[in-house]
Amino acid sequence: MSDAILKLEGVYTNIAQYHILQGVDLEVPRGAVTMLLGRNGVGKTTTLRTVIGHWRAHQGKILFDGEDITKMPTPAIARMGLGFVPEDMGIFADLTVEENMVLAAASGPINSARLDWIFAAFPPLKTFWKSDAGTLSGGQKQMLSIARAMVEERKLYLIDEPTKGLAPAIISTMARALKDLKDQGASVLLVEQNFAVAKALGDSANVMDDGRMIWSGQMQELATDAALQERLMGLSLEAH
Amino acid sequence: MTDFVRPKMTAAPEHAPKMAEVTFRDRIAPHMPILLVPLIAIAGFIAIQNPSSWLTLTVSGLAMGMMIFIMASGLTLVFGLMDVINFGHGAFVSVGAFIGISVLMLLGHMTEAPSLMLNLGAILLAVIGAMLATGLMGWAFEKVIVEPVYGHHLKQILVTMGGLIVVEQLIIVLWGPEEIYILRPEALKGAITFAGAAIEKYRLVAVGVGLVVFLAMRWVLRRTKIGLIVRAGVENGEMVQALGYRLRLVFVGVFIAGSALAGLGGVMWGLYQEVITAHMGNHAMILIFIVVIIGGLGSVEGCFIGALLVGLLQNYIAFIEPKAALISNIALMVTILMWRPMGMIPVVKAK
Repeated sequence: MSDAILKLEGVYTNIAQYHILQGVDLEVPRGAVTMLLGRNGVGKTTTLRTVIGHWRAHQGKILFDGEDITKMPTPAIARMGLGFVPEDMGIFADLTVEENMVLAAASGPINSARLDWIFAAFPPLKTFWKSDAGTLSGGQKQMLSIARAMVEERKLYLIDEPTKGLAPAIISTMARALKDLKDQGASVLLVEQNFAVAKALGDSANVMDDGRMIWSGQMQELATDAALQERLMGLSLEAH
Repeated sequence: MTDFVRPKMTAAPEHAPKMAEVTFRDRIAPHMPILLVPLIAIAGFIAIQNPSSWLTLTVSGLAMGMMIFIMASGLTLVFGLMDVINFGHGAFVSVGAFIGISVLMLLGHMTEAPSLMLNLGAILLAVIGAMLATGLMGWAFEKVIVEPVYGHHLKQILVTMGGLIVVEQLIIVLWGPEEIYILRPEALKGAITFAGAAIEKYRLVAVGVGLVVFLAMRWVLRRTKIGLIVRAGVENGEMVQALGYRLRLVFVGVFIAGSALAGLGGVMWGLYQEVITAHMGNHAMILIFIVVIIGGLGSVEGCFIGALLVGLLQNYIAFIEPKAALISNIALMVTILMWRPMGMIPVVKAK
């Protein structure tokens, strides 16, 4: 497929002496939500961190928007138009919500239409605009983390488990915001353990196991095939 | 982004924060560090009981604190931002003092004239010379000595300590091994009398310079994007880079600025002591480390408050019980670390 915004070809990543990624192949099509699924510890987060450059692939190739970013420094990759929401949210607790957002808008002042949209999606951010981000609740921090990625239009959003540890009401807020992003035609690579959310958002799905991609296809196909889910991830819809 | 359309969106549950009654204790807790400064001043007043002596000592303590702050501020940011322990920071203090004093000596006609403007002008030129030299030196120091040892604390301590020794020896090669005695510019000699207390003029200048440096740093850190990047970088450098900022460049900039400030502190300190030696920076490092640690690594505000506490306490104790002066700072550090083990204003989270 030529219209992939992101392409990983045989990527190997080591963390200390551990081989975490062992030849990951992945294609993220433009203008769609691509799910990255799999049990815990199979290398989903490492895949995202390798793309942004926090870990270095010691073998293989990563193409972003047609350019080889495998050895590019993290800031340069980010500047190419990559929005990153890390698993630990990466909030600057000592900065206010506003300062967090100003920093995230790296190319200039915050676009006000975009900010209105973010406030509509995540009202608490408006309420606590001038408060230290460290005083926010877990769900609000996650909102801020996603809002930071959304504050500028990115070519690709890498989002790592946005619903982790959140209450159901907040999860639906997250899902709605991500749905919104999707409806705008954004390209998203999403790691998600909540299968209901994955099913609702994903266009295509990729399942990892043991540092490799073991299945790629349409999300629809995976969502309707309980036996396949059981085989790939050791879960079935009934279990959820 | 003119074609951006605001999509329809359902809102998350509204959050209306409810304000609770906060006890007095809870309300002052965040301000405790800054309140310690007047508290120590009041304690000093009670212990000394003589208003004019107290005023003299307080101004002198504030002056000393401000100078320590100027020297220490760069170190705390360098540690906070890049987790680099720089034992060589004192080298910039010494070099700053020697360059600055050399410039002052060349400007004899300006320093000997009894004109405050000319005197301050001479000091300004000396400070500019010293800061330029130490800034450049900081840039080279970072490139040659610090960059190869990122992420290795033990190596950093050894190699920066080595750098300090090399610089000290270079000073001895260039300026000779003797300590250099200096006279302050004419208009800054002596003291003024205020409310019966003799206050050295130079100390007032030191307090003024310290305040200006502190306010300028605070402004940069709070009101500019570079400042935001530095503060965010102290907390989570990886994320700052993922937002597209080249933290490495910012760090080099902070290192240069911190070195230049140490140079400024060196000139001020030299004029305060009226003698400079190649080892003065190394000696100042003890106070600098105490201040950086009790302030909380990475915190400019904490460093400022810590410096004032050290300055005031040292002066009061030296007056009340001179023998105890030496241990007063260590005692202060121990007390503060028992109260807040990460320093008064912890910024860098425990790693």
